[in-house]
Amino acid sequence: MKTLMIAAGAAALLTGAAEAKTLNVTPGGDVQEKLQTALLDAKPGDTVMIAAGRYELTDGLSLDVAGVTVKGAGPDATVLSFKGQKSSGEAFLVTSNKVVVRDLAVEDSKGDGIKSKGVDQISFLNLRVEWTGGPKDTNGAYGVYPVASTNVLIDKVTVKGAADAGIYVGQSKNIIVRNSRAEMNVAGIEIENSMNADVHDNISTHNAGGILVFDLPNLPQMGGHSTRIFNNKVVLNDTQNFARKGAIVRDVPTGTGIMLMANRDVHVFGNEIDQNKTAAILLVSYTQAYDDLTYNPLPRDIVVRDNKIGKNGWDPQFPGGDVVAKALGGTLPPVIWDGVTNYTRKGATTPEMVHVRLLDGPVANLHFAAPGSIFTAKPAVVPSIDDGAMPEPKPVVLPKAQTAL
Amino acid sequence: MMRVFAAAAAVVCLGAGPAPGGGALDVLLAAKPAETLADYHLFTDDGAQHPNEGVTPYALNTPLFSDYAEKTRFVFLPPGTKAKYRPTGALDLPVGAALIKTFAYPADFRHPTENVRKLETRLLIHRRSGWTAQTYVWNAAQTDAVLKRAGPRIDVSFIDAKGQSRQVDYKVPNSNQCKECHSLSGRIAPIGVKARNLNGAFAYAEGAENQLAHWSRLGLLVGAPTPDKVPRTAAWDDPHAPLADRARAYLDGNCGHCHNPRGMGSNTGLFLDLEEARPNRLGFGKRPVAAGKGSGDLEVDLVPGRPDASIIAYRMASTDPGVMMPELGRSLVHEEGLALVRDFIAKLKTP
Repeated sequence: MKTLMIAAGAAALLTGAAEAKTLNVTPGGDVQEKLQTALLDAKPGDTVMIAAGRYELTDGLSLDVAGVTVKGAGPDATVLSFKGQKSSGEAFLVTSNKVVVRDLAVEDSKGDGIKSKGVDQISFLNLRVEWTGGPKDTNGAYGVYPVASTNVLIDKVTVKGAADAGIYVGQSKNIIVRNSRAEMNVAGIEIENSMNADVHDNISTHNAGGILVFDLPNLPQMGGHSTRIFNNKVVLNDTQNFARKGAIVRDVPTGTGIMLMANRDVHVFGNEIDQNKTAAILLVSYTQAYDDLTYNPLPRDIVVRDNKIGKNGWDPQFPGGDVVAKALGGTLPPVIWDGVTNYTRKGATTPEMVHVRLLDGPVANLHFAAPGSIFTAKPAVVPSIDDGAMPEPKPVVLPKAQTAL
Repeated sequence: MMRVFAAAAAVVCLGAGPAPGGGALDVLLAAKPAETLADYHLFTDDGAQHPNEGVTPYALNTPLFSDYAEKTRFVFLPPGTKAKYRPTGALDLPVGAALIKTFAYPADFRHPTENVRKLETRLLIHRRSGWTAQTYVWNAAQTDAVLKRAGPRIDVSFIDAKGQSRQVDYKVPNSNQCKECHSLSGRIAPIGVKARNLNGAFAYAEGAENQLAHWSRLGLLVGAPTPDKVPRTAAWDDPHAPLADRARAYLDGNCGHCHNPRGMGSNTGLFLDLEEARPNRLGFGKRPVAAGKGSGDLEVDLVPGRPDASIIAYRMASTDPGVMMPELGRSLVHEEGLALVRDFIAKLKTP
């Protein structure tokens, strides 16, 4: 008997879900207090079930209990509205591990939508995050926003209207973004300063830029690498860039399909990229000043292959784009590369060389002498550029509990 | 069950039950927070004005701005225990210690001791499992404060020091929000009780004395050098202190708890704690990362000589939740703090 109890106790400790409860929250009354209290009362293994209905919140919500699922009745049925939000930088903040947020909508947050900071195993499933007034520079920056997190799953999430990136993953590791839809944001999906990401089977449309993979200097986590972008539909990204100055996405030309900046081991394949007026795929260096010894501003070890590329690049929206387009016969080719081939890190003596394998040509190689030095450009169009085979990053594998979701 | 046992063990180790006269250690160390502030026996009166034995008042040279609320602070140390000095960061406080902070508004700031309305008393308690944060909201009669976890709002009006009528939609933090500021590497931690921020005089009943000297003399603090050998956080409003010291103290107290390498704002790479010395981390030439509209169409966090071009000043001047900094703890602009930081930036030279 004693042994049994100990075994049961041990099992409970292992799963952390011995007496998993459901805490039900329903519309009506002080929903701010009801919802936040449920999020505080939940124990590991519990589910906070938010019934169908509209919830008018006045302040940001937060969860700091590990192993909790926050679940609605569907992204059109359970709507958390933050139109009257008076405080907090986001609608919903998660700071605990092994959390699932699913089947609900967050509308009109004054800042970011749903954020996780420093979380291991965060899953965003079947969500809608939307600024209902359409694209405006007064909307919040990010829709779904895992940062400094590991094992990130974003699946069947729709984000509309974010004034920076709809789905944004920053300074994180081991990431899957799939089956999601980003629409009318400045950037549809952005992977920044992150390692090992699979971005696949998403639709990114009517943004200024469809999918971005960036690396920025002077941040706690840098050296972004190993991202696979495949089987996405990146079409009709035609919303005028509405980001405020200062934000890096402000530099994304309206009508960009996929943009890679200062990152390595990025493989882009099997995507449908069509009707983006600036370019299908842009490979550029980071051009702003920085004082970071460890930073490499160039995109390198990049593979672009087997994409289905339609009509793009007929009206490029970057400075001098019209001149370049004219020089190249009126329309930009599918792949544009700034052509910077080597970089010597500050304080180092030997340069690091850039390798690319750009097979979905023609490719416009702008032959910049250095990042951003547009006046040194010697644009040339070649059928493809192939520096040889580069190993594809391994598929991202998430922990079992997330795989089972 | 494990937790209850741990708490019980802690009580056994430290002496069970209310200490003679002082705070109720068993209540402080219990797994569940007490329902009322009075349950902790930290004060001898219902209004939490008179500290019980073991409870010492203190003040900070430069505190966090909290919508102009007046804050009174006390520390409780269990009988026979001491705080340990640390040159940086908060003092090392023993298990069973509690930090007690009451937020209140006088009806008229020109008469700050009259008609004072207490709103909430926050407790940071050092349990064996780590620090926990709770807050107790005062009743209208000001005789009883009860636990509130979800963070209600309270309408407050007062006359400010200039005689202007002011309204505050005062937000009591929820328990998670306590942690958003009081967070070091994801765990709750005290912020204010740094030796450098305590290194100043306090008007005790028996006369003014340097707080560190007072604590050491009474055996509440061990290992502290004499105050002149301890770094000192400037008082942000001390007109005799150098401008840069006051501004850095203000940024430390109002931003540095999040904006440090172990805080909630670590991912921004903008670090404003007093220990930070790298120019880029302090905002010089630093571009925003995740600011969104918080950039205000500006490119850089801190531009020497140009407060209007500096994102830090822009965000301090905002009350839009998606723009304002700090994100929590205020709904009004701290005009005097903003003026200080703007003045500091205006006179800054490029490093």
